[in-house]
Formats: sequence, structure tokens, C-alpha cells
Amino acid sequence: MPSPRYWREVPARYRLEAGRCAACGAVVYPARRVCPACRGERFETLTLSRRGKVVTSTVIHVAPTEFQMEAPYAMAVIETPEGARLMVQVADCEPNDVAPGMEVSLEFRRIRKEGKGGILCYGHKAVPVR
Amino acid sequence: MREVAVVSAGMTPFGELWRHSLRDLFVDASLEALRHARADTVDAVYVGNMSGGQFVGQEHLGPLLADHLGIRGVPITRVESACASGGVALRSAFLDVASGMSDLVLAVGVEKMNDGGDVTNVLATAADQENEVYHGITFPGLYAMIARAHMAQHGTTLEDLAAVSVKNHRHGALNPRAQYRQEVTLEQVMASSLVADPLRLLHCSPVSDGAAAVLLCPLERAQEFTDRPVEIRASGLATSSMALAERRDPAFLDAVSLSANRAYHMAGLGPADIDVAEVHDCFSIAEICVLEALCFTEQGRGGEAARTGETALGGRLPVNPSGGLKSKGHPVGATGIAQVIEIFEQLRGEAGERQVQDAAVGLTQNMGGSGGSSVVHIFERV
Repeated sequence: MPSPRYWREVPARYRLEAGRCAACGAVVYPARRVCPACRGERFETLTLSRRGKVVTSTVIHVAPTEFQMEAPYAMAVIETPEGARLMVQVADCEPNDVAPGMEVSLEFRRIRKEGKGGILCYGHKAVPVR
Repeated sequence: MREVAVVSAGMTPFGELWRHSLRDLFVDASLEALRHARADTVDAVYVGNMSGGQFVGQEHLGPLLADHLGIRGVPITRVESACASGGVALRSAFLDVASGMSDLVLAVGVEKMNDGGDVTNVLATAADQENEVYHGITFPGLYAMIARAHMAQHGTTLEDLAAVSVKNHRHGALNPRAQYRQEVTLEQVMASSLVADPLRLLHCSPVSDGAAAVLLCPLERAQEFTDRPVEIRASGLATSSMALAERRDPAFLDAVSLSANRAYHMAGLGPADIDVAEVHDCFSIAEICVLEALCFTEQGRGGEAARTGETALGGRLPVNPSGGLKSKGHPVGATGIAQVIEIFEQLRGEAGERQVQDAAVGLTQNMGGSGGSSVVHIFERV
């Protein structure tokens, strides 16, 4: 992947910026041009809370190349209090303990290294709230 | 719109076909379909292929395949909808004939997955790269999340999941073109290695090479090519959110439901009219969710179907008599057309040991990604 992509994705990946549809109030993460709920095109920027609850999850045993050193690891769809849903890795826990309803916080972490240049890619991982 | 018939079929075996390239597979399946119909050439070809570019480094398949099939000059359109590419190619061919634009049209699906490509990563391009794959999710991982959601909401069990694989392997053992012609036991499935919890190796369709082709023409001309045509009664295509996280209910495949409702409406038929079905069991949980979305079972009851024998050969509604993607193999772009061939043979009474008695109406359902696209066709014996 070319590096301009990382710059383009900074608002969503680093700052967790979502869009709230001015017409229907739907929260869309990452922000997009057209609201999937009502087709509205006006949005206000909304920063997501750095916490949420697990909706569903899995433990990856056969991992993509970039993640092989980390397997087995938990992945989950989490929902923030604003109603946005995110696909994230769940870190700092026993992967098999991740279950629906689990409270997590979102922490800024290194996600992966990409390409021959080994570009460091950042984003958010979920960590269970103890 | 004109009525459209399938008049012949051709298919390579599915498997690790080291001696065959993408172009070989395409030509073998296409020639067989043309020979059965004694047709020299066609007006148009639609070829379903997910990712020649990433699996074998080859794009621009139209001229390549026309050239190798010896039909230079004929229009070929490559159709892509991830694992539903074959089904959408059939739909494109159907629309071409139905519209009156072309008379004799070949719909082909082909995929060459075993040529050194990074299969896990190539398949993951059918998911949302920026919002899902970036974070480390895999395809089995997405379906594993669907499975856990289904288990939590409906009480579906690990035995229910495993029973789908056991049934489809039992069917596939009877299919000479299947990649894995052996039965598996519930215990073997449940003890196979974990891929993405709760999905294990024997819940997952394999990595396969293969091609499948069917020839379509207006129903009124079908007798020129065969004495037993099969009519395409309906075609339904639908999309849903690309990212699994966006679905309010991750255990419900709404694109499947929408595509099925469109097809049922077009055919004027309902789920009770279907005698045999081929559905997209890329993972065991997929068959369970699809049965529900097609209204073959009540919502939340799909898990019982394989365990109780309802969807086995001899049951109330046999599903995946070919062995499904699980046992027959899943060369992604070819799958949608191979499903059609099984139904074509079932409705013509040519399915041998897998024959469903008196099958008159059949259905195929082919799905892309984690259910982001789904295409349903309904067929009837003429």
C-alpha cells in the first residue's frame, strides 16, 4: 500500500473521528460522503469515546502473514457508546476470554508493519476493562 | 423479456490441478459445454473470476480466453463479485439472452488458486481492506464471528456446525468431480485444527482449482441443442454492507434474503416449491445462515437442519447434493456455475447416486465476501 494512504486515514485511525448525519443522526465510522441510513450528505465530525462493548468475536489461529507472530489473537466487533461499530484486535488478555458484552477500552497501538519498507501502521486495539 | 434455457454444461474436476493453468481450465470446461450442444461458436461469453490478477498475475481475461478457445472476435465480459463471480456471470448471460441482444451465450466460472498465490490475503481482498483486514481479520475469522453471534442468539451448537460438514462430505463422496471424495465423522470435524474459533479446518471449504461452463439460449431455440433443456425461471442479485461490523445483526445475511425474495417474486414461486438446492457453504455456519435467509427453515432453526437429516439426500429438502463447496471444492470464481451444473443435472435426472427423486424445481445461491453480495437463481425442468 502506498504511504499517502496513511496520511489520508489519520483522522479515523489516529483520532477516531466519525461522522454524525445531520439529517438522521446515524453515526458512521469512518466518516463517508453519503449516509447509509438516509442518504444524507451533511455530517458533523464526532470523536468516538475510547471505550465500547464486544458485539461478537473470534480467536484467529491461522493468521495473515503480517500477523503470524501474534497468533492466536482475539478479534472483535465492538460498539462504542455513540453506536459506532469497529473491527478491532483485543489485546492484553487471554484471547479465549473475550465474549459478547465485555467492556473494553480503545488504546492507540501499533497494528502492523507493511511492505518491504516495513512501514509502521498504527490504529486502535481494544483492551478489556478490569 | 425472453424465456431462457440452459442447454448444456461442462466442468473440470475440482482440486489441486497442478498440470492445468487458468486458461487450460477455462478451455476444458467451455469446450465440453460447446460439444454437448454441438455448437461451434457463441454470440457472447461471460466469465466469472474473482482474482486472476492476484492468484496468477493475469488480468484482461476476455481476449486471452477468447483466443485460447479459438473464438477470437467474440465479446467476452469478465464479471467479478468475489466468491459470487460465477453466479453473477450466469445472471449477466441470462440478461443478455433474455433481452434479445444475444442468442447463444456461454457463462463460465474459473479460478486457479494453487499457483503460489498468498491465498489467505487474496481472499481477504473480498472484505473491507481499510476497516477490517487492516486490523488482522481473515475470512474464516469473519464467518467465525457470524457463528458466535448465531450460537449466542439462537443456541446453535458446535455439533450443529459439524453436522453440516459431515452431510456435505457424505454427498461429495458420491460426486466424481469432487475434490474430497471421502466421508468425515462428527468427531473428526470437531477434533480438526482450529482456524478461527469456533471454526475448524473441517468447517472450511478448501483451496481449489477448477472451471465450469453452461450454455444458454432462448427457450424457444433450446431443442436445437438438447432434448432436455432446463429453464432459468428467475435471477435475484442483492448487496449488503461490505463490513461485517456495519450489520445490526451479524447472524443474519440480509443480502441473501433480499436476493432470494427477488428471485421468488420473479418466478412466482416460494421456498416450499424448491425440490433441491445448491447453496454457498464456504464455511459450515454459512449454510446454516443461508437456509434461514432463503426461508427454508425458520429464523434461528438452521442449525437443526443438517443434524436431523432434513437437508441430506433423502431428506425433506436436499441441500448441496454435489457435496457443496466444502467437499466438492471452492475455486471461487467457478463455484457459482458449478452449482448451476449440479441443479441442471438433478433436473435432467442425470445426477446418478446423488439423484433427488422427481426433482422439478431447483435453486442456487452464491455469495460474495461475508455476505456483501448474494445471487439466487431458480430453475425448472421443461
